[in-house]
Amino acid sequence: MAKMSARIKVMFGAEPQKPMEITPAAQQAHGLKRMDKAEFEAIKKKARDEAVINHKWRNRRWAVLVACNLLFVFSFWLDIQILEGALTASRFVGFHLIDLNSALQVMLAHKHIIVNLFIGTATVFFLWALLGGRSFCSWVCPYHLVAEWFESLHLKLVEKKIVSDHEFHRGARTIFWLLFSLLSVVTGFTVFETLSPTGILSRALIYGPTLALFWVLLLLLLEVLYSRRAWCRYVCPIGLTYGVVGIVSPLRVLYRLEHCHHEGDCRKVCLVPHVLDMVIKGRAEDMEVPIGPDCTRCGLCIDACPSGALRYDVKGLSKML
Amino acid sequence: MSDEHKSDSVKQKAAPPVRRQATRRKFIRSVVLGIGVIGIALSGYLPVRLRASQRLRPPGALEEHDFLSSCIKCGQCVQVCPVLAIKLEDADSGFGIGTPYIDTRAQACDFSCDAGQCILACPTGALTYDKPDFLDHRKGMDLAHKPILKAKENDPEPTLNLHERMGVARLSRPETCLAVQGKGFSGQARGPAFNGKMRYIKVDRWKPIRIREHPYERELCDLCVTECPIKDAIRMEEIAAPDGRKQYMPVVLEQCIGCGVCEMICPVEPTAIVVDARREWKV
Repeated sequence: MAKMSARIKVMFGAEPQKPMEITPAAQQAHGLKRMDKAEFEAIKKKARDEAVINHKWRNRRWAVLVACNLLFVFSFWLDIQILEGALTASRFVGFHLIDLNSALQVMLAHKHIIVNLFIGTATVFFLWALLGGRSFCSWVCPYHLVAEWFESLHLKLVEKKIVSDHEFHRGARTIFWLLFSLLSVVTGFTVFETLSPTGILSRALIYGPTLALFWVLLLLLLEVLYSRRAWCRYVCPIGLTYGVVGIVSPLRVLYRLEHCHHEGDCRKVCLVPHVLDMVIKGRAEDMEVPIGPDCTRCGLCIDACPSGALRYDVKGLSKML
Repeated sequence: MSDEHKSDSVKQKAAPPVRRQATRRKFIRSVVLGIGVIGIALSGYLPVRLRASQRLRPPGALEEHDFLSSCIKCGQCVQVCPVLAIKLEDADSGFGIGTPYIDTRAQACDFSCDAGQCILACPTGALTYDKPDFLDHRKGMDLAHKPILKAKENDPEPTLNLHERMGVARLSRPETCLAVQGKGFSGQARGPAFNGKMRYIKVDRWKPIRIREHPYERELCDLCVTECPIKDAIRMEEIAAPDGRKQYMPVVLEQCIGCGVCEMICPVEPTAIVVDARREWKV
């Protein structure tokens, strides 16, 4: 439990700490990598040279994300009525689905919860508790996809030394979460929804373009020119809400020390590299370490790893099989 | 960090002040980000505060402040409306972004759905058949009895399950009203380019058609009275003109729920009759 609480603290903004205790097996693995340094470097080089970097999980994820959003769009445009509404709230063949963060804002602002609102929120809670919490971000949120495209532009500009990445304190997101909740309670307005690029993009896709898209564009420009993935990393309270759900989720990415050559490629592609602290040489506390709840389960690290040290895992399921 | 320490012991002494400065910069940057984002978010209050006239909300909407707090901005009400009367507000409405409204002149709510489908679709109770007692309520918004839908008049249950009005219609420009001028009307009520739809019981009870596909022929223009979907909401009254000639005028009655069909159908440009959104009935 101590390990989990450390990971939760990291999600709220704390810097990752070196583990207090390292299991004997892991200690031995760390030691082996140190002892045979030349040999280890050779293996590492070989793995990197031979690795076929495909985009298996990224492509699957993009397909799912586009499909989810198109299902919303076509349900209205073609009147097929499978998934009616927008990402903030919808009905899947009649069953209420309500976005947890939007529901939270409405509940705090309105202070009155009707049955349908409760049912929809509970359904979505169980759904994402099963599916990994922040997997909502990377597998469904339309802003995530657009931001990913603009991120590659940002990285190119950084490479050419035209712009540089400015980090913010990751704790800012926790402060934003608290402030937006407080503002909902005090003002009685769903203040965050005014800015939410998730809601704005989802509605624009379904109901047609709006002026609010300029705000989304402004955010993307900020991310390209000033700070990598700033909205998702440092601001968006939706991410933190689903992150909290992810604490109890059995679906996560698992790190396996014995396969790792510590190239660090995974951390370079990751939206939330602080969750991958254990891949740094000497940090892993055990032979297998689950990635913390702030992980969006996007799978970019799995695609990037030259030696297959990271993979999707369902807690308990691998033991049963 | 530990790797840096080992590999570069010379820089180690110089590093802390630089790092401290970097940390300070990062902190200041984060505070600026915080003030910026919260500031922009709160600017959404200005349009809510400054908007002079309120927009017409779909039937069953809570009082404006409660409506803004409870609406989850999903547009399910938009999707179920058979005449697509409901639109969503844009960024210029601040906190109201994504909330539904009806532009009555372009497309009014004619209750072709028979029941207030938008209310049924609303997941949060922002649109509701039964408003809880503890929520805000203005007396003049109450209807004396549930409105009777003319289209359902012969059904076992002819009423709409509505207790409050959306607004009230008002003859805003009586001098331009064709009935007041004693004129008739023939042709397409809003011209050949108008896309608005309405349900005509005699054509098809379940399929609304474009108003331009249903031309009228009236000796005295009374479209606002005949096309009103609600029973006893508006009637034509005979009034005495100053010179003693007979004159007519549409008079809005207390059962008016403010659906806006009269405003949509009025053939005069600009319309002679309008709906005042969220206006209570005043005797």
